[in-house]
Amino acid sequence: MTAAELVVEGVTLTAGARRLVRDVSLAARPGEVIGLVGPNGSGKSSLLRAVYRVLRPDAGHVRVDGADVRSLPVRRLARTVAAVVQEPGAGFDLSVREVVAMGRTPHKRLLDGDTAEDARLIERSLAAVDAAGLADRPFDRLSGGERQRVLIARALTQQPSLLVLDEPTNHLDVRHQLEVLDHLRALPATVLVALHDLNLAAYYCDRLYVLRDGAVTASGPPSEVLTARLLAEVYGVSAEVAVHPRTGAPQVTFLPAGAAAAVPAAPPPGASGA
Amino acid sequence: MTATAPAAPVPRSAPADRDGGRGGGGGDGEPGARRVQFAVVLMVLGAALVLSAVAGMAVGSVRVPPGEVWGIVTHALGLDRSEPAWSRARETIVLDVRAPRVLLGAVTGAGLAVVGAAMQALVRNPLAEPYLLGVSSGASLGAVAVLVFGVSLFGPLSLSAAAFAGALLTLLLVYTTARTGGRITSMRLVLSGVAFAAVLTAVMELLLLTGERGNEARAVLAWTMGGLGGVRWGTLWLPGAAVLLGVGILLVRARSLNLLLAGEESATTLGLDVARFRGRMFVLLSLVTGVLVAAAGPIGFVGLIMPHIVRLFVGGDHRRVLPTAALAGAVFLIWCDVAARTVAAPMEIPVGVLTALCGGPFFLWLLRRDGRRDDEGVA
Repeated sequence: MTAAELVVEGVTLTAGARRLVRDVSLAARPGEVIGLVGPNGSGKSSLLRAVYRVLRPDAGHVRVDGADVRSLPVRRLARTVAAVVQEPGAGFDLSVREVVAMGRTPHKRLLDGDTAEDARLIERSLAAVDAAGLADRPFDRLSGGERQRVLIARALTQQPSLLVLDEPTNHLDVRHQLEVLDHLRALPATVLVALHDLNLAAYYCDRLYVLRDGAVTASGPPSEVLTARLLAEVYGVSAEVAVHPRTGAPQVTFLPAGAAAAVPAAPPPGASGA
Repeated sequence: MTATAPAAPVPRSAPADRDGGRGGGGGDGEPGARRVQFAVVLMVLGAALVLSAVAGMAVGSVRVPPGEVWGIVTHALGLDRSEPAWSRARETIVLDVRAPRVLLGAVTGAGLAVVGAAMQALVRNPLAEPYLLGVSSGASLGAVAVLVFGVSLFGPLSLSAAAFAGALLTLLLVYTTARTGGRITSMRLVLSGVAFAAVLTAVMELLLLTGERGNEARAVLAWTMGGLGGVRWGTLWLPGAAVLLGVGILLVRARSLNLLLAGEESATTLGLDVARFRGRMFVLLSLVTGVLVAAAGPIGFVGLIMPHIVRLFVGGDHRRVLPTAALAGAVFLIWCDVAARTVAAPMEIPVGVLTALCGGPFFLWLLRRDGRRDDEGVA
């Protein structure tokens, strides 16, 4: 596994008359973990779709290691870019191992069989997401969180140099959220990940891009991007941002409308002595 | 996480039950076990196919003992050089009448089963099948149009060519109708299939009743119920070649069929050009269906039943599903035809009637199971 460079230049995406993404530019250096945050409907998933070339940009380019993804054959691209997408997949009695084995397909020619190396990769990917014990279970009968981990394992089995993930922590319990993100961080590959949880994004990502109404409103290291003002502006919520003493990452605490209004004079958490 | 495993029965794989939780050790043995099981299933079905073929040639208005059938066939194949101990008449019955019929049954059963399995992957719906989706009706209409209007643009291949065109057109129409927002629900798929089948069948009957060649209507009407009778060696090559081609190409593309199960976006990210692949496969499946319908009439439900049954034994990987379904379909249709010839002897029941008798209840069961899964919120 190596790391690829991702450059998104001025990408605009539309669906019918609706504009999903407006003139977005973004760059990920090899090995970086880039977070995409923003409210629902801000265009995160659409932008990711353009990166794994399911959506065709109306303007702009997506380049991986300098090559426009639209100019590459689908199979060629799949050897470089893997994605974990939000899509229900009917299993048709496929076992978990068989689902993960799909990740080897782009590396196979028509009549190639499965090798011992494939089997090893599959086991390793399953172990990486704590799903080794699920290997022989029917994929259809897994819980949402188990499925999510298996799909991540499938993407790992693809051995991509760019990994694109749309809300990979969805359905996962806290422990698995942390384990999965830890593993993504440790990968040599470049990672582009859309995350809902701002604290996870702050801790695990090298840089964040904040999307709002299909456009980038802020970008940079989490400590610079995640400010109370930005959160109020983008999400319309009041929040406090502090640097967590143990992790050193920005820590966002949301204030429910009631709390923010009723106790305006509440001292900042650090000073309360509680 | 072990505790979250649902207590629901886990089909087929005992190992999964055995180590329930994180059993890396048990996992290593499984692919091997699966492979052995797959080989066993193939061997059992292969043996069943040979036995069924012999039985299919033995049974009928003139009963020929299976031993004699075996002798006649091996003799004809040049494997047995001993002096024939049977009458010339029996040899003619077995070799010229029953053998091509049994072969057509095997070829048709195999072809329909494989087409059904592939179609289910292509539209990502377990209820897909050429007959239920109206594809067979489209093929029938094409063939009947050729018969009624006496068109023979492609000489002896006209019937098959028209059936192919009808099948392809119907498949595209049903698919486009059923698909909304990139998703196909079972309900829309089955309903549009039923609607198209009804319209196409009505048009076909209209053609038959009003066509100039009305006197042939009865024969054609019998054909529209699906039947293997009347086939000769001279006409067998076309369905045989179409099914061989179909099975061959599908086997080569089995991995791609697997990817489709993951969903369209996922399949794309896993390296499959979904639109192009689906287009080509639609052409291939229509070709096989069209040729089979031209040869044996529309025979329903084989393509529905066989893939589902074999998945219970070999799992969902198309590299195993396709060959197994082909063999199982061949065996199944040979026996359906045996029943069709014997149940109401001396009258012959169209074999399509029998497959529908088996398939209807099976379809209802699938529909209920599918509905329950939808309700469980897999969406």
